[in-house]
Amino acid sequence: MAAAVATSFPSSGSNGRLPLLLILLGVVLTALFIVAPVVVIFAQALSKGWSTYVAGILQPDTLHAVLLTVLVTIAVVPVNLVFGVGAAWLIAKFEFPGKKLLLTVIEIPFSISPIVAGVTYILLYGGQGLLGDFLMEHDLQIMFALPAIFLVTLFVTSPFVARELIPLMQAQGSEQEEAATTLGAAGWQIFWRVTLPNIRWALLYGTILCAARAIGEFGAVSVVSGNVRGETNTLPLQIELLYHDYNAVGAFAAASTLTLLALLTLAVKAWLERRIRH
Amino acid sequence: MTAIALSPGAARPNKTGRVKARRVLPGFGLALGGTLLYLAIIVLLPLAALLLKSAEIGPDGFLRLLTSPRVLASLQLTVSAAALATLFNAAYGLLMAWILVRYEFPGKRILDALIDLPFALPTAVAGIALTALYANNGWYGQFIEGEAGIKVAYTIIGVAVAMAFTSVPFVVRTVQPVLEDIQPDIEEAAATLGAYRGVIFRKVLFPAIFPAYLTGCALAFARSLGEFGAVIFIAGNLPFKTEIAALLIFIRLEEYDYPAAAALAVVLLAGAFCILLVTNAIQAWHMRYKMKG
Repeated sequence: MAAAVATSFPSSGSNGRLPLLLILLGVVLTALFIVAPVVVIFAQALSKGWSTYVAGILQPDTLHAVLLTVLVTIAVVPVNLVFGVGAAWLIAKFEFPGKKLLLTVIEIPFSISPIVAGVTYILLYGGQGLLGDFLMEHDLQIMFALPAIFLVTLFVTSPFVARELIPLMQAQGSEQEEAATTLGAAGWQIFWRVTLPNIRWALLYGTILCAARAIGEFGAVSVVSGNVRGETNTLPLQIELLYHDYNAVGAFAAASTLTLLALLTLAVKAWLERRIRH
Repeated sequence: MTAIALSPGAARPNKTGRVKARRVLPGFGLALGGTLLYLAIIVLLPLAALLLKSAEIGPDGFLRLLTSPRVLASLQLTVSAAALATLFNAAYGLLMAWILVRYEFPGKRILDALIDLPFALPTAVAGIALTALYANNGWYGQFIEGEAGIKVAYTIIGVAVAMAFTSVPFVVRTVQPVLEDIQPDIEEAAATLGAYRGVIFRKVLFPAIFPAYLTGCALAFARSLGEFGAVIFIAGNLPFKTEIAALLIFIRLEEYDYPAAAALAVVLLAGAFCILLVTNAIQAWHMRYKMKG
């Protein structure tokens, strides 16, 4: 398809050198600007050999951070998956006043700086926050503890699934579901049998993006976690800690695991995008 | 695919009587209630807390907090570096969108996938990687700083590099689909009429992609304004010199100076919303443009 576009581009035949030059420029810039940072992570992580690298990853604090990150991700992703499907169902299948506003509110976390997100949570649940006195009275510790990391990660990753599903479900329309209703199918039956098979790839794609962000979130978590070593450090925070402790190899070793995960995400994303298109 | 046999009959009433058919499906109440409740608790309540707490500061206090030299310096640095980063991405992003849509070459699919890398890579990881590259003993730093004498890490250039890296996908991914949708026959017609390639690009292609291009740049700029993780490692974080606004918020929080943090957070929030309004306006304008054309 794209080949057809390229050949039908009117001037590509008359002057063959410009496209080549542009492609070359694009490839070189991408290699220098986007690929090199990834290469440097592995180069630094392996700079003192394999055994130091492995030891760097297997440090107890780092392992604990991995565990915490996995826990938070496992807790956050299902919640935002359900929210995303519900919100997409609402927006794609029904007409109601205020729909545009609702769409904007769903997208808010995307346009907010993670630091600002962290601040809003501190001002809500912190000691001087809106609910501070209430939480103190009932002896509930949310800020600078696991619940805060969980909540702020929910905030930051909430639009991912919804944003993948809404345009797809809007494009698909409601004919199939309506037909199923006419034939007497019940609500959940329609969802499991008709809607879910139609949206499964986009749902998986949105879920992966949501998980990737939950694993990698730094700014917002950094504000609300309180940075207690080995207790509320997620993996990105642990990387910062090691880096500032002049343990560069340890920091890059931990970073290399997240980098591998990012590359895997990209590969799955490319694969899923092709499936969604077909 | 699963229900093709069912759809033809149902398609007709839906197209003619969309409004009538809208509440045929179940789940409206549950989806509406659940979505609103969740958004209220997770998104709106924290935002309300920020606005209420900032309101307590009062206009005078607000102004005093925001006009302190250190805050002004951080805002100036953040906006300038974000502008530099956006300028770079405006050029690089357009180039990438163009070659990914227009040309066919080996490795194109990999190049396309790599564009998303800055979104997939955690910002803290990007931050230490960029610092390792651009610091004076790094792969790039030893040449740029040692040979050319230009300091990148721990200067505004370093801040801009980190911001540019994390916002790369915006311009590419907003321009790419629009460029794909342009029918080649418009250009062919222009070429048949004797227009040169440069003229075709300026008069035919660029106006068509311009709204998307502007939106992509605005989104990249917004992301750069709020970026934290990637920037703080390479910035050096010297007050008045290389301290971005997001970091200053973080520092104020660590000092338990919540009013100052809240005031600055409100400024960043207001900036983000202004950009959101601008991009929405661009899209509305683009829709009108499309209708006319």
